[in-house]
Amino acid sequence: MLPELHLPWMEISVLITLLGSIWLKFTPDRDRAYKRCIRICTLTCLVTICGWIDFVSLNTFAASEPFSLFYRLFHKNLFVVDDLSAPLLPLAALLYLLTVLSTLKTKGHSFSFSNTLISEAILLSTLSSKEPWIIILLLSVATIPPLLEFRSNKRSSRVYVLHMGLFVLLLVAGGLLSSFKDQSGTLSLIAGALLTTAALLRSGIIPLHCWMTDLFDKITFGTALLFVTPMTGAYAILRLVFPIAPDWALQGIAIVSLITAVYAAGMALVQQEARRFFCYLFLSHSSLVLVGLEMATPLGLTGGLCVWISVGISLAGFALTLRSVEARTGRISLKTYHGLYEHTPTLAGLFLVTGLASIGFPGTLGFIGTELLIEGVIEIYPLVGTAVVIATALNSIAILQVYFRVFTGTHHSASISLRARIPEHVAILILVALVIGGGLYPQPGVISRNHAAIQLIQQRDEAFQENKVSVDYSISEDKHHLTTSP
Amino acid sequence: MNSEIAFHFLGVCIVAGPALLLALLGTSSLINKPLGERLIAHATQTVVVMGLFASIAVLVLMLTLGKRYVPVEMGNWVVLPEQHFHFHLKFIFDRLSIPFCILSFILCGTVGAFASRYLHREPGYNRFFICYALFLLGMIVSSLAGTIETLFFGWELVGLSSALLVAFFHERLNPVRNGLRIWSIYRIADAAFLVAAIMLHHLTGAGDFAELMGTGSWPDGQASISEQHALFIGLLLLFAAAGKSALVPFSGWLPRAMEGPTPSSAVFYGSLSVHLGAYLLLRVSPILELSPLLSLTVILLGLVSAIYGTLVARVQTDIKSALAFASLTQVSIIVVEIGCGLRYIALIHIIGHACLRTLQLLRAPSLFHDYHSLENAIGAHLTQKPSLWVRIMPERYRVSLYRFELERGYLDMLCNRFIITPFVGLFRYCDSLESRWTNLISGEDQRESESVSPVSDSLEEN
Repeated sequence: MLPELHLPWMEISVLITLLGSIWLKFTPDRDRAYKRCIRICTLTCLVTICGWIDFVSLNTFAASEPFSLFYRLFHKNLFVVDDLSAPLLPLAALLYLLTVLSTLKTKGHSFSFSNTLISEAILLSTLSSKEPWIIILLLSVATIPPLLEFRSNKRSSRVYVLHMGLFVLLLVAGGLLSSFKDQSGTLSLIAGALLTTAALLRSGIIPLHCWMTDLFDKITFGTALLFVTPMTGAYAILRLVFPIAPDWALQGIAIVSLITAVYAAGMALVQQEARRFFCYLFLSHSSLVLVGLEMATPLGLTGGLCVWISVGISLAGFALTLRSVEARTGRISLKTYHGLYEHTPTLAGLFLVTGLASIGFPGTLGFIGTELLIEGVIEIYPLVGTAVVIATALNSIAILQVYFRVFTGTHHSASISLRARIPEHVAILILVALVIGGGLYPQPGVISRNHAAIQLIQQRDEAFQENKVSVDYSISEDKHHLTTSP
Repeated sequence: MNSEIAFHFLGVCIVAGPALLLALLGTSSLINKPLGERLIAHATQTVVVMGLFASIAVLVLMLTLGKRYVPVEMGNWVVLPEQHFHFHLKFIFDRLSIPFCILSFILCGTVGAFASRYLHREPGYNRFFICYALFLLGMIVSSLAGTIETLFFGWELVGLSSALLVAFFHERLNPVRNGLRIWSIYRIADAAFLVAAIMLHHLTGAGDFAELMGTGSWPDGQASISEQHALFIGLLLLFAAAGKSALVPFSGWLPRAMEGPTPSSAVFYGSLSVHLGAYLLLRVSPILELSPLLSLTVILLGLVSAIYGTLVARVQTDIKSALAFASLTQVSIIVVEIGCGLRYIALIHIIGHACLRTLQLLRAPSLFHDYHSLENAIGAHLTQKPSLWVRIMPERYRVSLYRFELERGYLDMLCNRFIITPFVGLFRYCDSLESRWTNLISGEDQRESESVSPVSDSLEEN
C-alpha cells in the first residue's frame, strides 16, 4: 500500500485545466481569454508545486492520491507521484504558464488558449501515471491537439500524421503484446522493440525525426514548443521500456541516441531559419538526455535526469526568447544578420544565458548534469563517450552563431519600439533565475534525480528478478512434468 | 588555527569579489536597469583592489609562516556518496597560483582603469564591463583552481568573455565573424579539456590536483598514473592548451581577436588569456614528466609555433596583428621551456612577457601619433634597414617565404578547405535530402519559411 498525499493535487490540477479549457471555449474576447488562461495556468502551476512539496514532505519513493475520484470509479490509482515525476509536473505546468504569459496578444488568433489547456491536462495526466495502458492512451491522445492546429492553419499534416500514426500503432501493438505472458520471452522482446521504436519516434530519433521539423514549420511556435519540450518520449521510455529491456538493448538505444545527438547538432549549424534551428538544437539535447537514460547506471541515469530538467528549463527559455523576437520581426531567417541587439538588449542577454545554460555552461543548471552524463557514458564506453562532448561543442557553436545572426552584424532600423513587454520579460527571467539558481546551488536537484535514478534501477532489477524466477519456475515445472509422466 | 581562518577569509575575498561584480553588472543588465559608468568603474576598481590586497596578504602570510602550499576548502559543490562522485570546490595557493593570481589582478586593474576612460560614452560600456567581470572571475578561478573541474570552470568563463569581446563592435560584420571563429576554436579545444578532466577523474577517482599530482607542492609533485594514460591525457590537455594559447594549428584566431577594443586585446591576447594554455601545462607538468614522448611533443609544438609566430609577425601591416604574433612567439617559447622541464623559467617568462605586452598593446593606439610627430620633427620618414635574412636569402625563396608569411601559413585556408567546407557541405546535403523527403510526403514545399521575407507577420510596418 502506497503512502498518500494530503490532497489529490494531480487530479485537482487536471480538473482545473479541463474546466478552464471549457471556460475559454466560451470566451470569444481574445484579451479576456489571454488573462483567464494566465490565471488558470498560474493556479495549475501552484497546485503542482504544492503537490511536489507535499510529496517531498512524505519522504517516500512514491505516493498515491487520497479521495481519488478515479479510484472510486475504477478501483485503480490513476495518479501516482514518484521521485521521477514529482519535479516534472511543476516543470510542465510552469512551461505552459510561461508560454501563455509570453504570448503576444496579437498572436491570440493563431494560438488557441483552450486547446493549450487541454494539452496541459493530458501532459499532467501522463506525467503522473505509471500504469502502462494509461500512458499509452494519453500519449496517443496528446498527438491530437497539434493535428487540430495543422487543420485550422490549412496546412498539409501528412508528415505529422504518418509519423504519429505509426507512433500510436507501435505503442498499442507493443502494449498488447507486453500484456501476454510467454515462457520463451520472445513476445516480450518483440513488445519491447515495438515500444522502444514508438518512444524513439516520439523523441525524434533519426531517421524518424522529420515530423518534428515539419511541426515547427507549420504550426505556431508555442504549440510546437509545448508538444516537444516536456520530452514525453523520454518519459515513455522510462515507464514502458526501461523496466523490461535487456542491457544490450538499452545500450543499442544509447548508441542510436548518440548518433542523433551529433547529427542534430551538425544540422543545427547549417539551418537557415530560426525555428528549424531550434528544432535541431532541441533534438540534439533530448537525444543526449536519452543517452544518459539508457546507460542504466546510477551515474549515467542521474546525469540524464539532471540534463532532462536543465534542458527543459533552459531550452524553454531559449525558445520563448526566440518566439518573442519572432513575434516582432516575423520568421527569422538565419541567412542574414538582423542586428536587433540595440532594440532588444534584454532579449539578447536572455537568449545568450538560456542558450549557454542548455549546453551546460559553468554556473548554470546543466553544468553538473552534463558532467555526470559524460562521466556516466565514459564509464561504459570510454571512447564513444567523447561523442557527447562533441555534440555539446557543436551545439554551443550553433547557439552563438544564431545569437550573432539575430542580434548583431548590422544596424537595424525599426519603425516601432521592439523592446520586450513586461510579461515576456518576466516569463524568461523566471527561467533564467531557475537556470542560474540551480547552477549555483545544484546539490538538492542532483540528490533528487539520483534518488529517482536509483529507484528506477531498483525497479528494473526487481522486474528482471521476477521474470527470472517465473522462467526458472516454469522450467522446473516442465522438468517435473517430464519426469513424472509415464 | 587562526592562520587557517585568515587564509580561508582571504581566499573567499579573492574569489567572491569578481563573482559579486559579475552578479551586480549581469543582474542589472538582465532586469534592464544598467548601471552608470561611474558606478561601474568604482565597483570594478574596488573589487580589483580588494582582490589584489587579499592575494598579497596571502603571499605575505605564506612567506611569514614558511608555507608553500595552502588549500582553501569550499566544500563539495555536489556530492553523490553512493556513486563516489563529488564536485569539489577547492582553491590552492602555491608557487604557481599566487604569482598568476596577483598578475591577473594587476593587469586587469590596469586595463580596467584604462578602459573606463578609453570607452567613455561608448554605447557598449556596460557590456564591456560585464565581459570584463566574466573574464576576471574566469582568470581568478583558473589561477587558484585546486581541482581540474574548477580549472575547467574558469577556463570556460575566459573563453566566453573572450569571444564576446572580440565581437564587441557588433554592428560590424567582421568582429562578429571573428568572434564566432574564436568561439568555435575554443569550444573544440575545450571539448578535449573536458574529456581529459573526466578521464583523470575516472582513472584516479578524484579531480583534485593534490591527488593527481601526488605528494609535494608545485613543482615537486609526482603524478600517479601510468605512462600510457599520461600520454593520452597529456595530449588532450596539450590540444586544449594549444587552442587557448593559439599554438599551431590554431594560430589563425589570434590576429582575428584584435577586432575587439584595445583594452580587451591587451588583457586577453597580450597578457593573460593567451598564457592560460601555458599555465595549464605548468599546472599538470608532473603528468608531462611521466612521458618523454609527451614532453617531446610539447617541445616540438612550441618550436613550430615559435618559428611560425616570428616569421608571420614580420610581415604584418597593422600594429595589433604584429603584436599578436609577437605574443604567440613568446608564448610558444614558454611552452618549449615547459616541455624542457624549466618550470620556474617559464613562470618568470610568463610574468615578464604579460606585463610588457599589455603595456605595448595599451600604447599601440597612440604610437602612430608619436611616430608622425617624430617624422614631422626630423622632416623625413623613419627608415628601416633590411634584416640579415633578407640580405642573404635568394630572391626566389624570399618571395615564397613572404607569401607564406603574408597568408599566415595558410592555416585559415587549410582549416576552411579541409574541415569547415566538408563539414558544412555534408550537413547541407543531409538537409537537402530531408527537405526532399518531407516535400515528397506532404506534397507541398515544406521550407517556404526559408524564402519568406522576414516581415510577413511582423509588428513593424513594411
